Amino acid sequence: MENQKFYYDNKIVKLFILATIIWGVVAVLVGVLIAMQLAFPAFNFGLEYTSFGRVRPIHTNAVIFAFVGNAIFAGVYYSMQKLLKARMFSDVLSKVHFWGWQLIIVLAAVTFALGITTSKEYAELEWPIDILVAVIWVVFGWNMIGTIVKRRVQHIYAAIWWYLATFLGIAILHIVNSFELPISLFKSYSIYAGAQDAVVQWWYGHNAVAFFLTTPFLGLMYYFLPKAANRPIYSYRLSIIHFWSLIFLYMWAGPHHLLYQALPEWVQALGVTFSIMLIAPSWGGMINGLLTLRGAWDRVRDSAALKFLVVAVTAYGLSTFEGPMMSLRNVNMITHFTDWTIAHTHIAGMAWNGGIVFGMLYFLVPKLFRTKIYSEKLANAHFWIATLSILVYAIPLYWSAVTQWLMLKEYTPEGFLAYPIFLETLTQILPMYTLRIISGVMFLTGFLLMVYNMFKTMAAGEMEANEASEAPALVLQGARNPVKETVHRWMERRAVRFSIWVFVALFIGGAVQIIPMVFIKSNVPTIAAVTPYTPLELEGRDIYIKEGCYTCHSQQIRPFRWETDRYGEYSKIGEFVYDHPYLWGSRRTGPDLARTGYVNGPMYKNAAWHYQHFMDPQAMNEKSIMPRYDWFARRKVNLDMTPAKIRAMQTLGVPYPEGFDEEAVDDLIWQAEQIAADLKNSGIDIEPTSHMVAMIAYLHKLGGDIETQATPIIEETPNTENHEAGE
Amino acid sequence: MNIFYLLIGVSLFAALIFLAAFIWAVRNGQFDDQETPARRILFDDDVIEEKEADTRIE
Repeated sequence: MENQKFYYDNKIVKLFILATIIWGVVAVLVGVLIAMQLAFPAFNFGLEYTSFGRVRPIHTNAVIFAFVGNAIFAGVYYSMQKLLKARMFSDVLSKVHFWGWQLIIVLAAVTFALGITTSKEYAELEWPIDILVAVIWVVFGWNMIGTIVKRRVQHIYAAIWWYLATFLGIAILHIVNSFELPISLFKSYSIYAGAQDAVVQWWYGHNAVAFFLTTPFLGLMYYFLPKAANRPIYSYRLSIIHFWSLIFLYMWAGPHHLLYQALPEWVQALGVTFSIMLIAPSWGGMINGLLTLRGAWDRVRDSAALKFLVVAVTAYGLSTFEGPMMSLRNVNMITHFTDWTIAHTHIAGMAWNGGIVFGMLYFLVPKLFRTKIYSEKLANAHFWIATLSILVYAIPLYWSAVTQWLMLKEYTPEGFLAYPIFLETLTQILPMYTLRIISGVMFLTGFLLMVYNMFKTMAAGEMEANEASEAPALVLQGARNPVKETVHRWMERRAVRFSIWVFVALFIGGAVQIIPMVFIKSNVPTIAAVTPYTPLELEGRDIYIKEGCYTCHSQQIRPFRWETDRYGEYSKIGEFVYDHPYLWGSRRTGPDLARTGYVNGPMYKNAAWHYQHFMDPQAMNEKSIMPRYDWFARRKVNLDMTPAKIRAMQTLGVPYPEGFDEEAVDDLIWQAEQIAADLKNSGIDIEPTSHMVAMIAYLHKLGGDIETQATPIIEETPNTENHEAGE
Repeated sequence: MNIFYLLIGVSLFAALIFLAAFIWAVRNGQFDDQETPARRILFDDDVIEEKEADTRIE
């Protein structure tokens, strides 16, 4: 057959590589900054734009979507062209994808610094950027599927299935989790409330880990590990089996992020069960990766790229064992809300994702530029510094987690909490936070060595922007199938049909969890005493979201004696029915705030205390690491937006009286003046419409609706038929 | 609590689809060729040899 001449698009690969390197430095740098803020609050610089609550989402999003995201695209655009013997489907789509994605990253950084956020972790982007993400993601998928359609190789290699699963998985997750009701260009409310919002968010959060940090990386592993070792993958059959089982099982495990929290028991049990089952397909990938190096370990000794890949695959195995263990309830009790989770994510992020990216770059850049790596020694130095930094990160934080947990649950012989002040437990682990800074600086140093090495390599070599190649055109076998053709081959030949299969697998997993939670009311018992937020409290809540308070403070008291003694009655599902979005948090760097409004509870503080504390936390508690929020006293609530907020809440089913939006501002001012008068009695002069007053109103609302012990809680089930059916 | 019915029903439905797909796959000899695809990627820079690999017919 006649060979067709075509050209690989190497330029787009190079662009994504450059973006990976540049954003990677930024992401790690910001990580070091927030590590410094956690150990020394002075590094918040007293500015709202640089306070921890706003910078932390910049770090997480920069790592996941900027550094890892661009690395995925670089690897996908390179390997797909080679595997399919075809140029990417459309140069225009490639360019739109590249520049669109970089625009999203810049918009994300700017909006987060300005406090424009939805507060849902790893999905903090506000609605206009969400739409942009969806559009660019479709461009990526279109380009990818288009390339598959016009390929010159019949067989679709394992790596590409993982890329397809990535595209479909993220598309579904992003869309379902981003259902929000806009009230302005920069503000929206999640359409889900409370426990339902939490389930949707962690279905997303967990599966973003699956379909952004796992499936594309397994794809990259299946291409770059065999290429770098020059050996075929250990078991092609295993790659097929663990692909299908992994994409099916992952969708169900999300609720393990919400164990012991205000969530139906069966949802938690489901999450735990599937998390344990996930060990099998995950380890399938690890085993397949490591066994590929059978008889080639001597090459690992000589190649920094292979060293990184080996550490990455090993860390993948460790993390995917640790994850299921952390979703066991008795382990989760320790790991949740402590630094264990932070250590877990960083082993995965620095070693698994980082390792694959570094391994890929050390292999790919010299190949692309037709030269040798500038310095193998520097690459090895990078490897050892990076690997050590991961240990310096994880071990202190594991230590910190266990220490803090033991202190929090310690009782005196008389039956009182041994450390009733949360801050004592935090002060104890602060030395570990200093070690974390050292780890961050080490990782950054290694990274910068790589940047230098890469630019030197690029300068020494020469890249062919359009690399010529030839291959015969693909003869569509369509009707003339060989008799013994396999199902997988049949599906692989038809990318669209294959996509549908993946979609079906993903959709069933997701729908089963979300549809019942949203549509079957019996899951969310409403408590008669719980009332909607007043306009002032709602404004305060929006400030809480804007400042990222949830990055350090949870609003979820688990049913342990050492939590109820410290914070008050454990949290009930019905208390969160008006929470759009939910604000349960995931890490307690500060104490839980679920019951700061319960006057007779241990967490209640008066208005004057809150004022002083926001103005200067260190003046109240010398060892506190909370940033100061003195701009709360200067900033004014935008009253023009208040009626729209009330109307949006009404649309979402919050039972404000008809026409309340028009009275909202009056109601807000009336309540604000009361708080301002209270502060005046303590000798504090403050504008009633300041952020400070709204925040105090919100904190005095939290958890105060329930009269603990005094009266029994009435749990109403609006739809009694549901109950009868099950009994 | 009819959530359980929905849950078990959909789970079984999904599980059955995949079981059926698996049995079908085995019967159709899905795992017959475990070698070629894994090895072929190692030669993807080699234009001349690729011609042979692609026209392979079982």
